[in-house]
Amino acid sequence: MTKKLILAVAAIPCLGLALPAFADASASAKAIETIKRDFKPRGQADLDRLAEDFVQALCNRTANNPSPENAKRIEADQLAKVKYPADGKLMGDWKKGESLAQSGRGFTWTDNPGLPVGGNCYNCHQISPKEVAFGTVGPSLLQYGKLRGNSPEIQKYTYVKIFNAKAYNACSDMPRFGHVDALKPEQIKDLVALLLDPESPVNK
Amino acid sequence: MRKLRIIGAACTAAALAATGMAFAQSDGVDHAKADAEFAKFRAEMEDSNPAELFEMKGEELWKAKRGPKNVSLAESCDMGLGIGKLDGAYVKMPRYFADADKVMDAERRIVWCMTEKQGFSFDEIAKRPFASGNYTPDITSLVTFVAGHSRNMKFAVPIKDPKVKEAWEIGKEIAAYRAGPYDFSCNTCHGSDGKRIRMQNLPNLAKPEGAIKGVFGWPGYRMTGGVMLTSQWRMNDCFRQQRFPEPKYASDTVTYLLTYMTATANGQLYKGPGIKR
Ligand code: HEC
Ligand code: HEC
Repeated sequence: MTKKLILAVAAIPCLGLALPAFADASASAKAIETIKRDFKPRGQADLDRLAEDFVQALCNRTANNPSPENAKRIEADQLAKVKYPADGKLMGDWKKGESLAQSGRGFTWTDNPGLPVGGNCYNCHQISPKEVAFGTVGPSLLQYGKLRGNSPEIQKYTYVKIFNAKAYNACSDMPRFGHVDALKPEQIKDLVALLLDPESPVNK
Repeated sequence: MRKLRIIGAACTAAALAATGMAFAQSDGVDHAKADAEFAKFRAEMEDSNPAELFEMKGEELWKAKRGPKNVSLAESCDMGLGIGKLDGAYVKMPRYFADADKVMDAERRIVWCMTEKQGFSFDEIAKRPFASGNYTPDITSLVTFVAGHSRNMKFAVPIKDPKVKEAWEIGKEIAAYRAGPYDFSCNTCHGSDGKRIRMQNLPNLAKPEGAIKGVFGWPGYRMTGGVMLTSQWRMNDCFRQQRFPEPKYASDTVTYLLTYMTATANGQLYKGPGIKR
């Protein structure tokens, strides 16, 4: 089963727009057929968004619970694709990070594709104690740096986590902000600072 | 007289909605208090719900001879319990309709009747299917009218019907399907208990307690914007938030999701067209 799955998954990126066509009559195959029929492009949201990349495909096929080997395979592949800032520094300006974390815009069919995308962080996380309107899809990041310090290892972990959450957790619910080019390395640095800078309200 | 009172209530609603918008910002507002205010307001509105205006409009539309074929829905449209029988129809949908050979939710069924029985063009209806600004499509008033005939009844989607069961199963899979730039599925936001996006509570659609929260207030008068909106709209806007392209109006994808949620809520009370923040 593992071999077959890897094969199927490996083939997916080549299919491009075509969603993987399964010959079986399972509900999940029918779901994909149905989705394929039932959408139309709108604004910046084209039909190619319905196709799975190999991470999505593996997570979808395994109810977000891939075998340990496949999870490792995904994580290694995603980690290898992380891009780092040119100057090698991983901490930027926490104030810029805070306003980026506040903004929830970007990528919907009503968003103007010409405008920059926000971080969406407060949609899912508690971050600064001053912001009470935070979501809870992700864990609280309050005191994030205070609890962990800001050693080079922690900086790297945090940078990579924001660049591509799947590099450490194959089927994480968190988007891959750097991987899909929603956020640039410079912006991710600012978010790392928001979480790790001792001056950031997160760590006060 | 009654109408006036309702319009008065609608104005209060709009004012409250404006405050509601402010809740979303970082303003140190006491959210528990705001929620309590909203609950109190909703209770006060119970006998003058703005949705009633749309029910009245829907009733007129339901009874009028309309469309190229000049027939009324009242004399031609079977909502699952037989022509002319609306009581309890909404809480027993989505269901399978042999005449269309499709599982259909209430809104989709009315659209089907409008095209097949009255002769309206589907493309015309689908051009602007949801309310915005001062515009309310006829279909929205019609759904609200039909839904009003199931007020205070329990959801009873005929899930034993194999076609409905299959729609439920496919709907469950659609809800789990992750794709798009943010890897979101419905379940990213609605797949576990007690989650929020900012201050908005996200019902866990996999459980009866959550599924009922997903379906029981719709169609609903939404104070943000002051418009009447249907479950079809809710699905459309969640796909937008999911960063997906747009689901086609009255498509299987939407019906299957509604089947999944509504049947999961079976046995629980539908209070009738509601009020949403
Ligand atoms: C749609 C939800 C969502 C959004 C948006 C989101 N996250 Fe997350 N985040 C999660 C979830 C769920 C986890 C926990 C699972 C995991 O670690 O992969 C997480 C984990 C993390 C972690 C690791 C926490 C730890 O203790 O190791 C960091 C750091 C983080 N997020 C930062 C951010 C930042 C910064 C942003 C905005 C750019 C962001 N997240 C946006 C859902 C989200
Ligand atoms: C990125 C987050 C996100 C995704 C993905 C998402 N939703 Fe939602 N959903 C929300 C938010 C936020 C609300 C609450 C809006 C409000 O309260 O005004 C909501 C509300 C709802 C409601 C109404 C709940 C109520 O209180 O009446 C239903 C039903 C629902 N979503 C179903 C779905 C389905 C089905 C999908 C997949 C097609 C989906 N959602 C995808 C964020 C999301």
